[in-house]
Amino acid sequence: MNGRPALDRFLQTDPRDVGCAEAMDALAVYVDLVAAGAPAEQRYPGIAAHLRACGPCGEDFEALLAVVRDAGD
Amino acid sequence: MIPVNSVVDEVPARLDPESAEWVRVLAVAGPQREAALTRLHGTLLRIAQREVRRRAPRLQITGPEVEDLAYQAAADALIAITGKLGQFRGDSRFTTWAYKFVIIEVSAKIGRHFWRRPAVPLDAEDWDRLPDRFGFEPARVSEWRDLLAALRRAVDTELTARQREVFVAIVLNDVPLDAVALRLGSNRNAVYKMMFDARRKLRAALAANGYLDHDDSRRS
Repeated sequence: MNGRPALDRFLQTDPRDVGCAEAMDALAVYVDLVAAGAPAEQRYPGIAAHLRACGPCGEDFEALLAVVRDAGD
Repeated sequence: MIPVNSVVDEVPARLDPESAEWVRVLAVAGPQREAALTRLHGTLLRIAQREVRRRAPRLQITGPEVEDLAYQAAADALIAITGKLGQFRGDSRFTTWAYKFVIIEVSAKIGRHFWRRPAVPLDAEDWDRLPDRFGFEPARVSEWRDLLAALRRAVDTELTARQREVFVAIVLNDVPLDAVALRLGSNRNAVYKMMFDARRKLRAALAANGYLDHDDSRRS
């Protein structure tokens, strides 16, 4: 039953998760750090936890990071 | 014509040169500002077009709707950027800060667009979709039947009415979180928090009954 790990991952919650509002407030700072190769996840573990768990915020993060990386090429 | 943000009375001292130039030009009325707004709008529009096109197939958005959404997102992002220019303190590059607004506008507009699709139920409950949702194989139903039955019981007994409504919409009916928030007159943060609490409760219930391990504080 290979669905168990997927269900388990879906139900996992990280107590460091800061939620959408705080993650979105700091998104530009976080993206600049990631784009620069800085340790964004270590500096902002609560935001990293949220972006892993929240589909919409994770998608916004990936989209903004792609834009910034393209602009830097 | 987009009004000048009168709150911007000085350029924050720690900005990188490019960001400082954007703030300086956008804060003062005149031809330089108009040219900068035109340039910024063009960039926002390209970002919006790319992002809407990337998300469009999954969301069944086609034809002129793609362009309409992109134009609306770029226009609203430009208004948000100029209106909030006084809040920009240089913690990030100006362009990253500005581009965030157009990404957020695209997400918001796609959430609204979702409800234009016919017959999307918020509260219909098709529990038969649950196995496929998590990749349980039909041929091995005897191995997961009890687990999913326990999950369904936990949904019924552990969640509040609102948490249950949100769980059903997102997990069973595959409604995007932003669209759920819109329909409930709520926002992304509040709906995410409801789902966060629901997930924690459901996992605790399944762990208490031996269906999952007791490690719900595990950090990934």
